[in-house]
Amino acid sequence: MSGHSTYVPKSALGRWFESRLPIMGLIHGSFVVYPVPRNLNYFWTFGGILSFMLVCQIVTGIVLAMHYTPHVDYAFTSVEYIMRDVNWGWVIRYTHANGASMFFITVYLHMLRGLYYGSYKAPREVLWILGVIIYLLMMATGFMGYVLPWGQMSFWGATVITNLFSAIPLVGDAITTWLWGGYSVDNPTLNRFFSLHYLLPFMIAAVVVLHVWALHVTGQNNPAGVEVKNVERDTLPFTPYATVKDGFALLCFLIFFSWFVFYAPNYLGHADNYIEATPLVTPAHIVPAWYYLPFYAILRAIPSKLGGVMAMFGAIVVLAFLPWLDTSRVKSAAYRPLYKFFFWLFVVSCLGLGFLGAKPPEGAYVIASRLLTLYYFGFFLIIMPLLGLFETPKPVPASIADAVLAKNSAHAQAHS
Amino acid sequence: MAAASTTEPTRRDMLFIANGAVAAVGVGALAWPLISQMNPDASTLALASTEVDISSIPEGGILTVKWRGKPVFVRHRTKKEIEEAASVKAADMPDPQADSARVKKPEWLVVVGVCTHLGCVPLGHSGDYDGWFCPCHGSVYDTSGRIRKGPAPRNLEVPAYAFLSDTKLQIG
Repeated sequence: MSGHSTYVPKSALGRWFESRLPIMGLIHGSFVVYPVPRNLNYFWTFGGILSFMLVCQIVTGIVLAMHYTPHVDYAFTSVEYIMRDVNWGWVIRYTHANGASMFFITVYLHMLRGLYYGSYKAPREVLWILGVIIYLLMMATGFMGYVLPWGQMSFWGATVITNLFSAIPLVGDAITTWLWGGYSVDNPTLNRFFSLHYLLPFMIAAVVVLHVWALHVTGQNNPAGVEVKNVERDTLPFTPYATVKDGFALLCFLIFFSWFVFYAPNYLGHADNYIEATPLVTPAHIVPAWYYLPFYAILRAIPSKLGGVMAMFGAIVVLAFLPWLDTSRVKSAAYRPLYKFFFWLFVVSCLGLGFLGAKPPEGAYVIASRLLTLYYFGFFLIIMPLLGLFETPKPVPASIADAVLAKNSAHAQAHS
Repeated sequence: MAAASTTEPTRRDMLFIANGAVAAVGVGALAWPLISQMNPDASTLALASTEVDISSIPEGGILTVKWRGKPVFVRHRTKKEIEEAASVKAADMPDPQADSARVKKPEWLVVVGVCTHLGCVPLGHSGDYDGWFCPCHGSVYDTSGRIRKGPAPRNLEVPAYAFLSDTKLQIG
């Protein structure tokens, strides 16, 4: 898959440059002739879409930073100025805000693909862990970005989340004061969040480079969960097959994205964020952005402050241990009927936790949150390790080519 | 990939060209707002014109107003200043220009208050001709804002302006 490219440039200038910096060969080897399993489905297009979204967010973000003022007295007004006075400011702002939601929808689908098809298993453990790191960086970036418009939700969401650090024993208060740069969320906090929000996406980009590198060393996983045995029979060159498929998937995604930007630009946001922040009035129901809701539900499900914080962070950190928690030799859920059942229950529990994260922490909502939190952790810490030992998987195809041919002959029989 | 066909273009060729064309339009549509946003925004364009009330400027007085971020001198000229400005010979001016070409009504001179040498703001009612004197490098302007002595190459710029009424001026 990797190694010295056989690419030879056609022009003399090309050959001169290539012998000094073989970037054309790198691109050729990684994205043109790179072999890709021939049975990939559309769940494998989300990586390309995510790369596009990272570039989209960086470009729209840098442009917004030309007009935004990161000071408590001017931030809210500067966002309204972008919406009203800056040429095309409204579309750039809505693209960036809805782009964050699109980024998270896509990353959740990308991660669920990994969970379903066993993409986190050997030899892709480091690839998966790099992905968890990217996800953590994305959450930090998204959190800080949401604070910048300095609306009521910005301010109070920042207050709630930064206050979590005070749960740490002994040093908690000192850390929280250090984060704030004061005794509460105020101008120093806003200013440093702006700086870090500009910085972190470039950290994400660097880890994405490592993520794609790690991927290209092992090669993609595939829906059958069977490794490539014969490059000619099992794979296709990235260009034109994956390039065009990713391009088409990107197109469909952009239509979905555009529908929000142009027809429902505030649907995924919160109306209270159009009220300028005031430290003297707390909104009736503080909720984070929708992509944090499941973790917010887990936080509030645990009755102890420190326990809730540990559960919330634990819910993300547990992902890094998946390669070792899942004991099954079979990768793909297509051949693991029991795992498939528990997987879909897990998806429902995530959606349920998301729903509960937006509800007030009272009565039946609390009970439901606790049950679903139990299932969330149980899935990773109990079900996954045990299933590998007790489940009887279906027979796995001998190779990718066999999987494709079996599927096609079944189709042929059905149609004849 | 098939070898280049010397006969009919294929369906694939048509699809590539059609897709490419639509993609090019799409990229243009995507890029335009990102480029256009750096142009002056609505609030800057709103300040592109400034209205000035000139009723309170006495004869011989100079009012300095801010227009597009720069000072503009509005001078209510006395008869003496108008005569002096009109009677200068072209040979005496490094940048010859008739006074009548620089004013709409002779008693009102409107010039941008930025020295054409290196950009300092000249001082009014100073210099040999009682026009302006730039303290940075010694440029001397007359009562029509024309350069007479010193390193400045051109006369003080006359911006676009119009009289909305006898007491109101619109600059820009």
